[in-house]
Amino acid sequence: MAKVNARDIKHLGQLARIGLAEADIKRMGSELQAILGYVEKLQAVDTTKIKPTNQVTGLTDIWRQDRVWDNPWNREELLKNAPHSEDGFIKVPKVL
Amino acid sequence: MHWDPIAQLAKDNRQGKRKVSDLVWDCLRQIKKADNYHAILETSPTAHEYARELDKIPVKDRKGKLFGVPFIVKDNFLTTNTHTTAGSNILKPFRAPYQATAVERLEAEGAIMVAKSNLDAFAHGSSTENSDFGPTKNPRNLAYVPGGSSGGSAAAIALGQAAFALGTDTGGSIRLPASFSGVVGLKVTYGLVSRYGVIAMASSTDTIGPLTRSVDDAALVLDVMSGQDEHDGTSIPRDGSGYQRLSANLKGKRVAVIKEHFGPGVDPNVANRIKEVVSTMEAAGAIVTEVSIPIDELALAVYYILVPAEVSSNLARYDGIKYGFSAKQAGSLVELYERSRAEGFGDEAKRRIMVGTYVLSSGYYDAYYKKAQAVRTILIEEYQKAFAQADILVGPTAPTLPFKLGARRDPLSMYLTDVLTVAANLVGNPAISVPVGMVDGLPVGMQLSAPQRAERTLLGVARAVEGLVK
Repeated sequence: MAKVNARDIKHLGQLARIGLAEADIKRMGSELQAILGYVEKLQAVDTTKIKPTNQVTGLTDIWRQDRVWDNPWNREELLKNAPHSEDGFIKVPKVL
Repeated sequence: MHWDPIAQLAKDNRQGKRKVSDLVWDCLRQIKKADNYHAILETSPTAHEYARELDKIPVKDRKGKLFGVPFIVKDNFLTTNTHTTAGSNILKPFRAPYQATAVERLEAEGAIMVAKSNLDAFAHGSSTENSDFGPTKNPRNLAYVPGGSSGGSAAAIALGQAAFALGTDTGGSIRLPASFSGVVGLKVTYGLVSRYGVIAMASSTDTIGPLTRSVDDAALVLDVMSGQDEHDGTSIPRDGSGYQRLSANLKGKRVAVIKEHFGPGVDPNVANRIKEVVSTMEAAGAIVTEVSIPIDELALAVYYILVPAEVSSNLARYDGIKYGFSAKQAGSLVELYERSRAEGFGDEAKRRIMVGTYVLSSGYYDAYYKKAQAVRTILIEEYQKAFAQADILVGPTAPTLPFKLGARRDPLSMYLTDVLTVAANLVGNPAISVPVGMVDGLPVGMQLSAPQRAERTLLGVARAVEGLVK
């Protein structure tokens, strides 16, 4: 049975880039434990010869025509939603 | 407010029998009157203007299968005349620069969007209680939930606020609220309606569909929205015959009851109502049998591994950088991400992202994610076997009657609401919920499902059931 402790939750928070307060960590731990406990029942199924499915359409490699088209986008319009922008660019905190 | 069938409504509008702007006024008045049900998040500021433009067109020039027909859209569809919030604080300020294909196609046939409806944030939920902007109430009883995640759309139609509404169904989010609110809700074959411009939840199971007062209405809306879209690489062609002029004849139709959908987890009052309807179907000429799909009992577990995994990927884009809520005065890039997401997302979104991150992480991927994908294959095969001996599978849509607001605070108990609907999403099959009456003053829905691309058969049988229970 999966055991999800505070360290696991903190690690998941870091991977998912979600800041978690101490109060949240304990609660999330028990919630995740319950959910993972429920899905544990799949372990009883023999899937050794079964191929995984990741999509149900059977479609592969859907291409569009490589054609040139007029740009329908207005840069100003697109930038309206950006929390911070400058000189027509989205402004971000230092990355490196 | 009395609503004609949509085909009649559109015809009358084309013939100039009423002013479209009067119809839009009526909808907005209904919305205001029923504000305490909180089905609507925002009304469209341009609906009147659009209605007036349609009214100006000379009758002889009027075209469009949905001319002047008002509709409501779940707030996870991008629309340019309103905000698009996905029911979440993290997108509260967001205004989309383009529209969903489904909305464009409806508007091209003359339909008028009047409002955006409430939903569980990011479509995560079965009751609309996870909306960051307050829950929607059941249209039959204010103390109960309308179902979710398309609870706003379902309630809006039941409350007469528009001719039809759009929703999304990833694990039952159209069918479940349709059942709880007493309206028709259609989940299509995966890919039949373009997902372009609809906020992604789980990309391998998300579908778009209508919530309506009748099966005929659902079929007409589907007829307009469906078919390939070059913007959606997973979209499939529509049926060459379209989705109108359906046969509602039950004679000789092989209808199978799913044994596992009548188990101990299902309220006996709900089960009995469905069995009564099945008996009337048999009396009308359907060949009724029972089919057992043992793997179906694991569908919910498969769902709650695969869907959170896909959610964790699809919600990675909400990072406080390009759009939406952005935490102020963050000291670094990572702090900006962590605080924007911590403060912008609600509890359920965080929960699902965390579960998804866990099942995809190194050391757990094989045991959870890959395992679930393999069981999904078995589920697909078993449903194919079931459809070798039946045209339609039936059962209840929901395992219980609608529950009271606040009754299911435990996440897992909420997830169990989807136990009968998730299989159709995992296998990509179409399914519909048809209202079949009330128990204790609350609506009950029957779920019918068919193989992929068999919407014509599904809608035909659903229409017949509708006729039988009237």
